[in-house]
Amino acid sequence: MAEQITFIIGSILALGAGFIVVTNRNLFHGALALMISFLGVAAIYLSLDAGFLAAAQLLIYIGAISILIIFAIMLTRRMMQTTEDPFNSQFLLALAASVTVFAILFSAIVYVWPLTASNSVPLAAKTAVADAVLQDTVVNLGSAFVGADGYVIPFELASILLLAAMVGAIIVAWPKPEDVA
Amino acid sequence: MSSNITLSWWLAIVPEISLTVLLFIVLLYHRFVKPEDKRQIGIFTAWGAFVTLLITLGLWLFFAEPGVEPMLVWGGMIRHDLVTLVFRVMFLVALMVTALISVEVEHLQSSEYYGLLVSATIGFSLMAAGADLIMIYLALETASISSYILAGFYTQNARSSEAGMKYFVYGAFATGIMLYGMSLIYGLTTQTNLVAVASVLAGQTNALTSTAAPLVTAVTLDGGAGISTSVNAVLLLAAAMMAVGFGYKISAVPFHFWTPDVYDGSPTPFTGFLSTASKAAGFAIFIRVFSAGVLGNPSSSIWWGMLVAICIVTMALGNFVAIFQTNIKRLLAYSSIAQAGYAMIGLVTFSQSGSGATMFYLLMYIFTNIAAFGVIILVSNVTGSEELDDFSGLSRRSPYLALAMMLAILSLGGIPPTAGFLGKFFLFKAAVDAGLWWLALIGIVLAFVALYYYLSIIKYMYLYRSDDEDKAIPISRAAQVGLAFSVFFIILLGVYAGPAIDWTNQAAAAFFAG
Repeated sequence: MAEQITFIIGSILALGAGFIVVTNRNLFHGALALMISFLGVAAIYLSLDAGFLAAAQLLIYIGAISILIIFAIMLTRRMMQTTEDPFNSQFLLALAASVTVFAILFSAIVYVWPLTASNSVPLAAKTAVADAVLQDTVVNLGSAFVGADGYVIPFELASILLLAAMVGAIIVAWPKPEDVA
Repeated sequence: MSSNITLSWWLAIVPEISLTVLLFIVLLYHRFVKPEDKRQIGIFTAWGAFVTLLITLGLWLFFAEPGVEPMLVWGGMIRHDLVTLVFRVMFLVALMVTALISVEVEHLQSSEYYGLLVSATIGFSLMAAGADLIMIYLALETASISSYILAGFYTQNARSSEAGMKYFVYGAFATGIMLYGMSLIYGLTTQTNLVAVASVLAGQTNALTSTAAPLVTAVTLDGGAGISTSVNAVLLLAAAMMAVGFGYKISAVPFHFWTPDVYDGSPTPFTGFLSTASKAAGFAIFIRVFSAGVLGNPSSSIWWGMLVAICIVTMALGNFVAIFQTNIKRLLAYSSIAQAGYAMIGLVTFSQSGSGATMFYLLMYIFTNIAAFGVIILVSNVTGSEELDDFSGLSRRSPYLALAMMLAILSLGGIPPTAGFLGKFFLFKAAVDAGLWWLALIGIVLAFVALYYYLSIIKYMYLYRSDDEDKAIPISRAAQVGLAFSVFFIILLGVYAGPAIDWTNQAAAAFFAG
């Protein structure tokens, strides 16, 4: 029951905020609504026993990507004031496309691979993952990251990658002598 | 945490550790030296690369690390074998010579430039060493992100910024498509390790060595009944998608569109580095992923035909378009596209001698192309542009520079006694041995086409006169050392290639050892 309540709240947050994102006239308000939509998705991850994904969703999507979008809006001239009509001439085409995608996904879930006990495909996939793994996702991920038998070399390499990216960002953004003068 | 880390594991990443230390010192270099010594940073980077090269070669010569037997270390992330060694030597040589000739360029004397060169080299080195799709992807991104910034390093210069932006946008798309291919492989096999992928696709259970206990045990497809048709179709899609990412790295047609603009706009020393080290790294992962049964038996699959087609088109387009270029950097850009086509001949033979010939070709190409770009830097420093006309009368202005350029050009064209001749010879021989005589024939015919534009550079240098013939071209000591080193190896590999080709052939055996 608790799972269902979490799922319903998460869905309402994700879908409701998502609806505001596409219908809102103010781009800035749309970006704020997008953050709430991400929060709803994080709640659904939690109800699916994917605690790490939920945390990553919070940190990366809400913490980083949404902030980046808001920065982009605030730094773009005249973007804060615009209240354009979100419905343009391709509105019907976009509606048809999204309805088609919805229909495909819906039929795939309901008719092709239905989530019933008689059809064992999705359920078997769940039991294939050991319960211990589900319990300690974060612990397992952590030891895989830094374990010598795991991903320690790619993990360390990622730090060099980020260092190179940071150096590059500084090169690109550093004020040039002409700019200062 | 694991107690089973042996000394070999550490020795397998000694070059990368050494380069990382160099990276940090270079980034902090200006904090530690007196203001009058700040110009020495390029020479310092070259020394660092040289020391790393000596350590790498010393470990191999005196301690047999890496040994003849390939070894998977660090959880199967890194394959410690001779292939890794051969490519590491290429990258370290490229870094060293590039750092030396970069000293000639005033605007590049900053720790950021040399630091990014080093971080790109770390990426290249781990690309060649990587035996896991995750490792390969991260190494490729490390190398790529450093390269994007280096291509656009002159942020004041519109052409350089355009080069950086173009390289970035093309690169992001190509890498994204490659990731789709990799994820399909993972979806099919539930493995990211190349050895594990190969064994799952061969219908066996996990064959990872005991030194690298996998996190997930392998499952067999179709209950071990082998590869079904639908799996083959997905595999073909995955191979095609990964070929986009790898083909972009080696600038193979039709993923070559960025090449002329990026080579033209980038700082010239980096162009030399990009055209050699980056290309060699692309070939390293190309050979790793596509050889040795990782994607099934090459001779029976459709993607083999795809690779042969890419190889032929790359050679043809590169050579024919290069004829019409008047800018020397653009000319060498198309020439490098054609050279990638030649090197692919060895790849598509899927034989030990073919892979060995490709590695030898890439090795000699590093010396050749960096020498050519070194001369271009010195000439354009004086003339201020990079047109073919600038080379008029070079033999009278600076006979040694003209000689170095001539040897580099002859090596690119494949004329004895330079290394390029033997490089092409081994490639064509490998193709004939594998029964692909028609491919060798196409390569030979196109090599004659290439002579037209290569020899026209020599014609400008030796036959044409210019008004500035009495003005000498100044060459710094660092550039002298870099050019002399490259030219020495162009000649050495051309007259005494025995040990080098034996070495690369021995390394290629590691691919086919399973």
